[in-house]
Amino acid sequence: MNLETIKSEIEANVPGCRLEIVPNNSPSGQHSLLIDHEHALFVASFLRDAAHLRFDYCSNVTGIDWPGKEITEKVKIKKILDGVEQEVEEIQKTQSAGHLEAVYHLYSMEKKHGPVILRMRTEDRAVRIHLPSLTPIWRSAEFQEREIFDLYGIVFDGHPDLRRILMWDGFEDHPMRRDYVEPDDYEYEPTPHDAVLQKAKQHLNETGGR
Amino acid sequence: MDEKLKVELGKQGIFTTTLQELYNWGRKNSLWPLNFGLACCAIEMIATTMARYDLARFGAEVFRPSPRQADLMIVAGTITKKMAPQVVRLYNQMAEPKYVISMGACAISGGPFKQGYNVLKGIDRYIPVDVHIPGCPPRPEALIDAFITLQKQIDEQQLTGIGRPRHLDPDAPSEFIVPQFGAHDLEPPQNPDVWHPPLVNISLAGKNESGND
Repeated sequence: MNLETIKSEIEANVPGCRLEIVPNNSPSGQHSLLIDHEHALFVASFLRDAAHLRFDYCSNVTGIDWPGKEITEKVKIKKILDGVEQEVEEIQKTQSAGHLEAVYHLYSMEKKHGPVILRMRTEDRAVRIHLPSLTPIWRSAEFQEREIFDLYGIVFDGHPDLRRILMWDGFEDHPMRRDYVEPDDYEYEPTPHDAVLQKAKQHLNETGGR
Repeated sequence: MDEKLKVELGKQGIFTTTLQELYNWGRKNSLWPLNFGLACCAIEMIATTMARYDLARFGAEVFRPSPRQADLMIVAGTITKKMAPQVVRLYNQMAEPKYVISMGACAISGGPFKQGYNVLKGIDRYIPVDVHIPGCPPRPEALIDAFITLQKQIDEQQLTGIGRPRHLDPDAPSEFIVPQFGAHDLEPPQNPDVWHPPLVNISLAGKNESGND
């Protein structure tokens, strides 16, 4: 099952949808399909119901956090230097907003093929964090979308029961986001390494060795 | 009473004892554990009660499903932050005298999940623990050993004086703070009356006092 053919079939059957293949350059070559918010439900129901595709099983839904990056660009700007207008190259730095992503792995029990990987992206990480829920299409996505809501903070519109699933209701953070700061309850570790070593050193400085 | 005289009297058919011995003997041989488990350690705990290891030999005959009827809480498994208030509340609901065995790496310190965002770093942050058993999970023999250790502890208790058990001391607390769900963590993150973390000089960790390996 070629992703290119699936893409063109979806485009033929779901008018107006914007699809993009996200290539995977690793040896596994599991390319995925980035779908847009407005047509996500139509694309999903087409994948599930089309007689020769029949992706009837959503095995896994997971989230990814893509934090904002600093982008450096060289821009040519006209400036007046020593009374003469000159073209000067300047380096401009901009901050991209970053986004959150939900990834769906689809298989077909009936046709025994798969996986097809769907991706959806939010527009940023703070406010426009809504994605359409695919739980109405694949019931197995229900708990995993709740988990993504809990740990990444993506709000799934159309989810039948969107509550936190691992953390408690009053909890405000999203622990799987890369900028999550965990509560500081450091205690002595005999063999600290990596992040724990950083914490140990920080506490060593604060407490003067005790 | 002189131990030799006691033995001699026993040979003559006269049994002598003290109230303290009787009291401790009764308590240590009827420790009824609370019937609850939190994670994989609970499977080992169940195995300990079954025919092969048979914890009933030591008087832990019945696992009580109600905290009101239990004497011993075996904290068997990972305590998630979401579960911690319920564990403390169950402990508070147990009647004195009551004891706690902290079973396995998770119940002691959080174990392999210590650096996680959702796991409590040891139940001794909230309730006093009598016996810790390391292991992931500890074998049933380890739990039996902890059980016998607890029985020895009970046997050595004096009923009066400074070292008397908590339930005979009207000033000692029987209930402990139940943590609340906060916005970022449990509130409070530990009970300072119970939890006294060891102060370790990190720069000397793994070395002897003079700083050598």
